[in-house]
Amino acid sequence: MGLELDFSVVLDRWQSLLDGAALTLELAFIAVICGALIGALGAIGRRGGNVLIARLCGAYVEGIRNTPLLVQIFLVYFGLSSLGLKFSAFTVAAVALTINVGAYTTEIMRAGFDSIHKGQIEAAEGLGLSKAQVYWHVVLWPAIERVYPALTSQFVLLMLASSVTSQISAEELTAVANYIQSETYRSFETYIVVALIYVVLSFIMRLGFWLLGLALFPRRRRLGTPL
Amino acid sequence: MGGTLNLNHLLFLGHGALWTIGLSVIALIGGGAAGFLIALCRVSPSRLLRILAATYVQLIQGTPLLVIMFLSFFGLAAIGLNISPLLAAGASMTIFVAAYLGEIWRGCIEAVPKPQWEAAEGLALSRSQRMVKVILPQAIRIATPPTVGFMVQIIKNTSLASVVGFVELTRSGQIINNSLFEPFLIYSIIALVYFSLCYPLSRLSRRLERTALQKKPALA
Amino acid sequence: MNAHTPPPVSAGTAPVVALRNVHKSFGPLKVLDGVSFEVARGEVTVLIGRSGSGKSTALRCIDRFETIDSGEIEVCGLRVDNPQLDLRALRLDVGIVFQSYNLFPHLTIEENITLAPHSVKKVPKREAKTLAARVLEQVGLGDKLHAYPEQLSGGQQQRAAIARSLAMQPKVMLFDEVTSALDPELTGEVLKVIEALAADGMTMVMVTHEMGFARGIADQVVFMHRGKVHEAGPADILSSPATPELAQFVGTGL
Repeated sequence: MGLELDFSVVLDRWQSLLDGAALTLELAFIAVICGALIGALGAIGRRGGNVLIARLCGAYVEGIRNTPLLVQIFLVYFGLSSLGLKFSAFTVAAVALTINVGAYTTEIMRAGFDSIHKGQIEAAEGLGLSKAQVYWHVVLWPAIERVYPALTSQFVLLMLASSVTSQISAEELTAVANYIQSETYRSFETYIVVALIYVVLSFIMRLGFWLLGLALFPRRRRLGTPL
Repeated sequence: MGGTLNLNHLLFLGHGALWTIGLSVIALIGGGAAGFLIALCRVSPSRLLRILAATYVQLIQGTPLLVIMFLSFFGLAAIGLNISPLLAAGASMTIFVAAYLGEIWRGCIEAVPKPQWEAAEGLALSRSQRMVKVILPQAIRIATPPTVGFMVQIIKNTSLASVVGFVELTRSGQIINNSLFEPFLIYSIIALVYFSLCYPLSRLSRRLERTALQKKPALA
Repeated sequence: MNAHTPPPVSAGTAPVVALRNVHKSFGPLKVLDGVSFEVARGEVTVLIGRSGSGKSTALRCIDRFETIDSGEIEVCGLRVDNPQLDLRALRLDVGIVFQSYNLFPHLTIEENITLAPHSVKKVPKREAKTLAARVLEQVGLGDKLHAYPEQLSGGQQQRAAIARSLAMQPKVMLFDEVTSALDPELTGEVLKVIEALAADGMTMVMVTHEMGFARGIADQVVFMHRGKVHEAGPADILSSPATPELAQFVGTGL
C-alpha cells in the first residue's frame, strides 16, 4: 500500500482555511445568539398557559429534532427562493442553523425552567418582587446555570453541524476544504487538516464557554458544584 | 423520469428510505460494537487504554460527521481500497457512532450505584465477572432510553452519506429533483419520511426514560 | 357553632390581621369553612391543628398565596380578598418564611437578602448591604454574608430566610412550619430567633407543631379542626382545653 501524504500544498492555503474557520465561527456565533433567544421564548411558550402557543412550540421542537439538518437547510434554501426571496448562501445557512439550534435550546431551557422549584417563586413573590423580576432573578438565571453544560455542548455540536451548510455553498470551513481538495487533488490530506481545525475550534468554543460560565455564574466559580 | 411526480419517483424514494434504514442498522451494529469496546476502555483499570479511548472520543466528537465522511471516502482511496459509497458511509457512521455511544454507555456503566460495585467486589468475583454478572446487566437497563434516543441521531445523520454518493433517502430526493426541479415539494416529502422514522423512536425513548425514573426509588 | 370564639382583643387599635368568615375549597374539598380570627399589633398568634385541618392554607391566604372563595381578609388595612389588591403593597407589609427555607441557591446570603430591598424598594446597593449585615447579625449569622445557601446547615438557612424577610421591614411576619424540615437539634436555634423577634414586639402568625414553644410564646392560640376554628384563646387553653378535640390533640401532639 503506497500511502504517501503531502500536506504542503494544503498548508500553503492557510489563508483560505483561516477565512473558512472564521466564517464557521461567525455562523455558529450568530446561530447561538439567535437560537438562544428563540429557545428561551420557545420554552416560555411551551410551558405557558396558552394551549395553542404551547402546541405550536411543541410541534416546532419535534419537527426539527426529528428531521436531518441537511434536509432543513434545503427546505429553507428552496423555500425562500420559491417565495421569490433571494438571500446569500451565508444568510440562508445562518437562518437554517438558527431554526435548528432554537429547537434544541427550547427543549433544554424547558428542562431548566422545570427544574426551578415552586417554592423559589413563592419566596420571591412573598418578598414583593414583580412577575418580571421573579422571572429574571429566580427563574431564568438559575435555570440557565443549571442547563449551562447541556446548552454549551449543544452549541459546540451546532458549530460542527454547520459544516453541512457547505452543501448550499456557504463558504465556511468545509466548503473551503472541498474547494482546496478539488484544486490540489490532495483530498485526504485536506480533510485531515480540516478535521484537526474543527477539533481546535471545538476546543476553543468549550474553553470560551467555560470562561463565560465562570464570569456569569459566581457560585459555580467559587464552589465548583452543579447548582 | 421527468415531468411530474409519479409513482416511479415515490418508489425510488421508498428505495432510498430502505437504504437509510439499512445504513442506520449497519451504523448501530458496527458503532454499537465499537462503542461498547470504547466504553469498556474508558472504565478500564489500564491508564493507557483509558487515555487512548478518551483521545478517540475527543477527536471524533470534535470533527463534523461530514468531514469524517470525506475522510473515509478519500482515505480508503488513498490506501488503495476500491471506494464503494456503502463502504465509505458504513465506515464513517461506525467511527462516528462508536464515539458517541461509547461515551453514553460509559456514563451508564458509571451510573450503576457504587454499593453494587462494592458488593460485587465483596463477593470475591473477578473484575470481568463483576462486569458481566453485576454491572453490565444493570447498565443495560440504564442505557436503553438514551440509546433509543441516539438511534434518532443515527437515522438523521445517515442523510450525510449522500455526499459520498450513497443513495439513501436524501440522495434519492436530490436525484429526483434533478429531473423534476420541484425541490420544496420533494424535500418536504423527505422531511416527512424522516419524521415518521424518527418521531416514534423519540417518543419511545421518552417513555422509557419516564418509566426508568419511576422505577428508580424502588431500586435504591 | 360549637367552637369557642376568642375573647375580644384589646380595643382601640385595629387588628393587623383579620379573617372574617373565610371559606375556601380545593375542588370538592372544603379546607376553610368559615374561619375567623384577629391578630393585634405586637401579638403572636399560633395556629395549631392536625395536618389537613386548614391551618397552613389559612396562613397562605393571609399573604394571598391562595385566593379565598368568600369572606374577608384584612391585613394592615388592605383588603386581601379584593381581586384588585395591590400585591406589592401587601407583600411589603407581610413577610413570610416557609418550611423549606427557599433561599435562592445561586445567590450568596447577602444577595438573597439585598435582592428585594434593592429591586422592590429601590434601596441603593450600599444601603441594602448594610441592612443585610444588620439583619444577619440579628439572627446570629453575621459571619455568613458571603456564603452560599448550600454551605449552611438547615437551621442556618432558615435563620437566613428569616433575615431575608426582616430586611423588608414587614409589619407582620408569617411562619409556615418553619422548623418541620429541621433536625431536632437545629430547631432550637431557629425558635430562639423567633422568640427574640416576639420580644421586640413583632406581630407574628405562625403554624407550628412545637407545642412547648407555642405555649411559651403565644398570645393567642387558634386550634383548627376540619377547616374551622374549633377553639381559640390565650396560651392557657393548651393546658386546660375546653373541647375534647383540642384535649386529644394536645395529648398526642406533645
